[in-house]
Amino acid sequence: MSGSTEVTSKAASAETPGRGRAPGRAATVRWRWIVAALLLAAACYAPFQLVPFHVFQLSMVLVYAVALLGLNLLVGHAGQISLGHGAFFAVGAYTAAILLQRVELPYPLTLPVAAAVAFVLGLALGLPAMRLRGLYLALVTLAIAIFLVPLLKRFEPLTGGSMGLTLAKPAPPAWTGLAEDQWLYFLALAVAVAAFLLAHSLLRSRVGRALHAIRDNEAAAEVMGVRLSFYKTLAFAWSAMFAGAAGCVYTWVIGFVSPDSFVVTLSITLLAGLVVGGLGSFSGPILGGLFVMFVPGIAQDVNDAAPGVIFGLLIIAVMYVAPTGLAGLAGRVTRSIQKILRKE
Amino acid sequence: MRVSALGCTAVTALLLLAATACGGREENGAAATATGACQGQQTTGITATGIKLGGIYPLSGPASAYGDIPKGIKAYFDYVNAEKNGIGGRKVEFVVRDDGYQPPKAVEEARRLVEQEQVFALFQTLGTPSTTATWDYTNQRKVPQVFVATGASVWGSDKAHPWTIGWQPNYISEARVYAQYLKEERPDAKVAVLYQNDDFGDDLLGGFKKAIEGSGIQVVAEQSYEVSDPSVDPQMRNLAQSDADVLLNVTTPKFGSQALAADARNTGWNPLHIVNNVAASITVLQPVGFENVQGVVSSTYYKDPNDPKWASDPEMTLYKAKMGQYAPDADPSIPYHAFGWAVASSFHKAMEAAKCPTREGLRDSMRNLQNVQVDMLLPGVTMNTGADDGFPIESMQLMEFKGERWELFGDVIDTRQEFGPVGE
Repeated sequence: MSGSTEVTSKAASAETPGRGRAPGRAATVRWRWIVAALLLAAACYAPFQLVPFHVFQLSMVLVYAVALLGLNLLVGHAGQISLGHGAFFAVGAYTAAILLQRVELPYPLTLPVAAAVAFVLGLALGLPAMRLRGLYLALVTLAIAIFLVPLLKRFEPLTGGSMGLTLAKPAPPAWTGLAEDQWLYFLALAVAVAAFLLAHSLLRSRVGRALHAIRDNEAAAEVMGVRLSFYKTLAFAWSAMFAGAAGCVYTWVIGFVSPDSFVVTLSITLLAGLVVGGLGSFSGPILGGLFVMFVPGIAQDVNDAAPGVIFGLLIIAVMYVAPTGLAGLAGRVTRSIQKILRKE
Repeated sequence: MRVSALGCTAVTALLLLAATACGGREENGAAATATGACQGQQTTGITATGIKLGGIYPLSGPASAYGDIPKGIKAYFDYVNAEKNGIGGRKVEFVVRDDGYQPPKAVEEARRLVEQEQVFALFQTLGTPSTTATWDYTNQRKVPQVFVATGASVWGSDKAHPWTIGWQPNYISEARVYAQYLKEERPDAKVAVLYQNDDFGDDLLGGFKKAIEGSGIQVVAEQSYEVSDPSVDPQMRNLAQSDADVLLNVTTPKFGSQALAADARNTGWNPLHIVNNVAASITVLQPVGFENVQGVVSSTYYKDPNDPKWASDPEMTLYKAKMGQYAPDADPSIPYHAFGWAVASSFHKAMEAAKCPTREGLRDSMRNLQNVQVDMLLPGVTMNTGADDGFPIESMQLMEFKGERWELFGDVIDTRQEFGPVGE
């Protein structure tokens, strides 16, 4: 008796998306935009309510979110692994710092340059991605992250060596009436919104479809006419560009770069943050950014003798509870709630 | 459909922005200030009965060995709170945060301590990168950043950051100690230098070269290495060919041991080996074998808990007893704990000497230390600062490795007296 009802409900639910696809999808799309608008409104409102320290933390969340957005493009959407994203982040940060310090460029101009430099570098480093797969590619990218730190220490006249470079932070224009931390926050927010819109339109285009095809099945994608090498390299370059832009904003917000800011653990933390946030999902980078920013602090509050251990345990815990990441967790919860509602 | 949604988003955002941006942020109450003689000075984090301090150390990550320092500090403050009624009647609360030796993390933690924890002062940030990343912020906010745990000379020579001050002898002063020693013992020494290629190595080597100017001592060979290098053996081979009679070993612990071992292996070249303070701990010498490091020279400024010379020293006895009482898990023979104890009692002295119990009072006090005696420092080493002198400790004593431990010799060398103030 109960068995037959389950079958019918399953059949019904299987049928629904087929029949009502167009209106149903439009509804979810509308919902998504409304949620995004609400989030954005909250994001605009937050800096006026919070103390500067929290505004600074949120700015850093946005910086990490932009970097993770790029990583998501590569790992989540194109299915390639990068353990060296901290290096692209560092290149963006150092490009901005050097331009500000040595060339004395106005700070808004450093953003496109930093993004472009990272893009070109990503394009160059995307070349091994054409030939290598899986673990081998991961090792190459890891090598990039490892060798960057001593490299930055070498060219002292340019990079400031191991002392790094200290920079003045962008000052808010007088007409805004904003405090420095608020202005930096809005700069970070603007870059993050632009990055999300760019990533969104990129993924809805030909490029996005090609990347998904590569991730799901390379052979099939090639048969369908997707040029593997071209799109893999491009994915690398795009994702490096986002990381570079994030690095540039990082320089604005922190006002200091040094080789020790970009050690290998940064790359690994970024990847961990993305996986915890949710691979291939749109809210994953934001959740990942929150995770990267706040969880180490929380871990230290739990036990300040071994914050690293607690951080690791929390990652393991999240992966057990939500194998698809925090973004997937929301989906899983809503689905199970819907199921319960439908049953009633 | 999509366009209108986008438009909605933009309009909402703009409206909100306009509504909120006009006002800007309301001033969240003026910062606490003092009244009376110290009127208008900041009293955030300090009351009649308490004082709140924040420290940032690498408790995790590659430099986590330094995480022992705050244990010594905590033990000292716990002891002072329980048995001495705090510093001038104020109980000390010491909040420690971890930055994993990463500058951006240090910035975040500094802001957390200042804005959220509302600490009175940052009592120690550790490491040159973390301190460089935070000192603009602390000086902008006018928060004292007291006795930072790094030996870079910039903390004392810089004029734009009056709220930040170092504590331990800076690397230039240390270099001067070795130069002074050579001038007296080997006036025409030929020196080979192995140094780490960063600000630390540059400071020490640069200071040394400047200190031997005009003397018969000359640097005949120098070799640098990177922290990422696996070994310094090739550099040591090159230096051996220089025929120098003194080797100045400017390294961090791991490379210090390698250089000592390489020197011991090479029987054809037997220079006087001077190893800098950073790499002079027993744990560095032990793997090389004590029989191979006899006669190696270094310098120090605080009492080594392992030295039997201090076994009956009242401060050392007190330190060992109170460490056992307030930090039973920590091994008092680890020099980092004694370092923490020494720096905490230095803070105690500086805070006591402050005319006003305010941030400004502490700043003026830490920049006006007159022959302050700290019992954990070597006898004869005192803290002195002034208007044109931002270096609390500039005296050190030489030591030679004999048997299984360091043995102090000669008098305390006051580099300020011998060489004048450390310039730019």
